[in-house]
Amino acid sequence: MNRTEVIESVVAKQIKSAKDLPRITVGDTVDVHYKIIEGDKERTQVFQGVLIAMKGRGVNAVITVRRIVANEGVERVFPVHSPRLVRLEVVRRADARRAKLYYLRDRSGKSRRLRDQRRGLKHFEAEMMAGAGDSADGPGAGGESKPRAPKAEKAAKPKGEKKAKAAKA
Amino acid sequence: MVSAILGKKIGMTRSFTEDGRNIPVTVIAAGPCVVTQVKTSASDGYSAVQLAFDDAKPRRTTQALIGHDGKAGASPKRLHREVRCESDKDVEGVEAGQTITVGSLDGTKFVDITGTSKGKGFQGSMVRHNYKGMCASHGTERKHRSPGSISSHGTDRGRGPKPKKGKGMAGHMGDARVTVRNLDVVSIDPERNLLLVKGAVPGASNGYLFIRASKRLYKRKARIQAGK
Repeated sequence: MNRTEVIESVVAKQIKSAKDLPRITVGDTVDVHYKIIEGDKERTQVFQGVLIAMKGRGVNAVITVRRIVANEGVERVFPVHSPRLVRLEVVRRADARRAKLYYLRDRSGKSRRLRDQRRGLKHFEAEMMAGAGDSADGPGAGGESKPRAPKAEKAAKPKGEKKAKAAKA
Repeated sequence: MVSAILGKKIGMTRSFTEDGRNIPVTVIAAGPCVVTQVKTSASDGYSAVQLAFDDAKPRRTTQALIGHDGKAGASPKRLHREVRCESDKDVEGVEAGQTITVGSLDGTKFVDITGTSKGKGFQGSMVRHNYKGMCASHGTERKHRSPGSISSHGTDRGRGPKPKKGKGMAGHMGDARVTVRNLDVVSIDPERNLLLVKGAVPGASNGYLFIRASKRLYKRKARIQAGK
């Protein structure tokens, strides 16, 4: 066993399995359900935004999610394998031709949108690849600007996601 | 009972606690070590236990070492370190040839880890001693990173106009013996001889380390050990 294998085996238990995490790629609009602990109280907050970067491997993997709150860009970095990240959902898949979408920081208005993956044959190919279990049942119209909380009733969270609704960009 | 062990740094990773806190951990292959010599006040004038770690190729070692380790019934090892004990009582029950595993640190909350730091080569006083250097402007020329004055006729209290002992100057940095005290033990895996500690330890990966249970604790850690 070489060094890398030993390190990987040490943290193997902490790594979430493929069935706990959806297949995500840069450009996806994702719902991140993140547990927030305040004193002895605990609640789950949903942060919805565009996944603009994925970094790190194994247990070190982190994702950067960007959204617009009150006309101000907000980016949060989540460790993917943290127990505080309760759930990760893909709301919409979009095409990205970069590995890091940092250019979105300089964009405003409509140019902030990403092309939806659900066009042409690509969409079918992607589903064929992912099998039936793909959760990409985002808004059919697709062309809308991303945060918009398109499925508030499906998320059906308690008070936590007040922000998600407030985000009319 | 010897509460020390020799090991090798494997590398760093992160570990999450149940409540989601992220802990940076260093993975150490700790032991198994062989006791190659037991020193008592009768035999050597002081009490200590000599531990050895990591098999060496007999072809690459010396006859002296083969003989020394052979006395303890062990194959020749690469690293030998002595653990001083306060009295002969501490070394009672420890015999040459005995194996010490990381399990002997079971229940230990804090460890001190000694290693050889990474060599940095010849470094200036700003890097080596955190000096501020000189002004960027105000007429400073060619001396922006210099240490400034190192002495004067008045320094050293009349013992001559020369720099004080220990004056920080440029020179070789790193590749020195460094001890990090009071590292939290995150977990111990006696089956795989692994020790996980919180934070970084000196040296590069594959570097040898000397690990012992902390004797003196920082105040905050002492409170933790005492149960707050």
